[in-house]
Amino acid sequence: MDSSRRQILKFFGISALAMSTKPVLDAFAAGQAAGDAEANEHTQSGPDALKARQWAMVIDTREFHSLEDVEPLIEACHKIHNVPHLPVKRHEIKWIWETEYKHAFPMKGARFMAEDLQHRPILVLCNHCENPPCCRACPTQATFKRESDGIVLMDFHRCIGCRFCMAACPFGARSFNFRDPRPFIAETNKQFPTRAKGVVEKCNFCAERLAVGQQPACVEASEDKITFGDLYDPESKVRELIKTNYTIRRKQSLGTEPAIYYIV
Amino acid sequence: MLELAIRGSKKYYGWMLLLLGIIGVGFLFYLKQLDFGLGITGMSRDVSWGFYIAQFTFLVGVAAGGVMVVLPYYLHDYKVYGRVTILGEFLAIAAVVMCLLFIIVDLGQPMRLFNVPLYPTPNSVLFWDMIVLNGYLFLNIIVGWNVLEAERNGVHYQAWVKPFIYLSIPWAISIHTVTAYLYAGLPGRGFWLTAILAPRFLSSAFASGPALLILLCLFIRKTTNFDPGREAIQTLAKTVAYAICLNVFFFLCEIFTVFYSQIPEHMDHFKYLFVGLHGHGAYVPWMWTSLALMVLGIILLVNPLTRKNEGVLAVACVVIFAGTWIDKGMGMISGGFVPNPLHEVSEYIPSVPELIISLAVWCVGFLVLSALYKIAVSVKEETRA
Repeated sequence: MDSSRRQILKFFGISALAMSTKPVLDAFAAGQAAGDAEANEHTQSGPDALKARQWAMVIDTREFHSLEDVEPLIEACHKIHNVPHLPVKRHEIKWIWETEYKHAFPMKGARFMAEDLQHRPILVLCNHCENPPCCRACPTQATFKRESDGIVLMDFHRCIGCRFCMAACPFGARSFNFRDPRPFIAETNKQFPTRAKGVVEKCNFCAERLAVGQQPACVEASEDKITFGDLYDPESKVRELIKTNYTIRRKQSLGTEPAIYYIV
Repeated sequence: MLELAIRGSKKYYGWMLLLLGIIGVGFLFYLKQLDFGLGITGMSRDVSWGFYIAQFTFLVGVAAGGVMVVLPYYLHDYKVYGRVTILGEFLAIAAVVMCLLFIIVDLGQPMRLFNVPLYPTPNSVLFWDMIVLNGYLFLNIIVGWNVLEAERNGVHYQAWVKPFIYLSIPWAISIHTVTAYLYAGLPGRGFWLTAILAPRFLSSAFASGPALLILLCLFIRKTTNFDPGREAIQTLAKTVAYAICLNVFFFLCEIFTVFYSQIPEHMDHFKYLFVGLHGHGAYVPWMWTSLALMVLGIILLVNPLTRKNEGVLAVACVVIFAGTWIDKGMGMISGGFVPNPLHEVSEYIPSVPELIISLAVWCVGFLVLSALYKIAVSVKEETRA
């Protein structure tokens, strides 16, 4: 009986201690929260930032003939975003890659189409869908569609690694860090964060470059084979291309409204 | 009542120690996984959910299966189940504990788990799954514990427990419905994109859960002084018989739609599982075994002669449990990821560490189940003595 009473007293003692420290912790927390709010108020886009209602991309696949045509673009993206080269295929991480027509557009191929079109490298990446199923699935809003310009972004610090977004994405655009990626980055770009193991990542439409007035890295490296612009600006270059060319999108019938248009 | 769980025979202690030993080994492998990342499993960029999520899905079914004794007893006053309802509720508790653990071991960043309640996101089915699973766990703890304690004290359980009992019935349906919605609402995953998925999940749940319960009842009768009763076991067997028939029927409905329509995006997953696709077919023998076991289960349980023979009944229950486990615990998840959204085939084979961690989680479940059943059976022995 005595020993249990002593334990109860001990328990209350510790509880009292904990309660007395709570105001202190609260003060810290409040300070931090206030700091956050302030930071948000002052988060403005820089004077050079590029703005759009919904960024979109038109890829002219006719201009890409061989792997040599696409590799510099892929390399440019993966280098500046610290995308690692993992030795095991299972652990692979990729933001933009090339594939054949039948894989980029499954069920959309004509059976006896031109050899050139069948084997031409098609670049695939996150479609930054206007109605993204990945954002619907995420239980923590770690992946979200940025209201200001329609980019589907990832918060690497909030992601719990449940991979629901990967199951939800109909384009296989997302990769998961099955292990610590840092030892597999040849040259780390200090301007962009590396990721920890256990989180999902994907193309971010170069949000960090748009913020300082630069075009996405793949667009820049493509020498005008890829065009980037605002889908809702009737004067934009992407709108002109969509109007003057027949374009297709990946799995349009699913209603996700992909923002990557392909001229085939 | 908790003290009843730590007073037992040498055999009981030995069993619990064995479980703890396996859990310990599994925990070491889990530490390895925490350190290295989920790369120690067989999962990949293409098959991003594997054995863990499949076990979770199957066990949600086992948990929901408990309602098959709770409902007749409390809603229809089917007195025969008076002896087994507590076993159903405690089985549900153990199964939900396993479900939650399988979710946790599957997370890439488990220490961020509380981001889910911290940033409530009603548009995510996973958010709802968290609510229904935890809710079901607490409902069963509250109801099971209070009713058993009242029985031990020779009184009727208190009136406030009743609403929780009623609530637990639709709640059981909800856990497996929400779990099916995790998959059934994803565009571009033709295998799961079907309205029959939730009914299929529920029918397989109402077969596998009560099948396991029958086996546990038979075991308890053999090893303790508590007899759950022949009639209760026989009625449960009928439930299993109907449920497994429905499960195979729903499966055939799916097969009809998929293969009569001939839509490749839906067909290819079934082809991969049952005949192989582009030279890959690791699951083909398993899937046919599963189907054969379920059909054998139907034959053994629908026929009254075999059903009424408790030896055959036990075999039938093992057969059905194994059949539904292969169907859901192996084929259901990886089948949905192969072929991938780009229509490429990369197969998934679970790794050894992954299997050991999974086994350890199962052992945690059986540890919880053994302790709870020990309590329940001791109380029953006490009150009947």
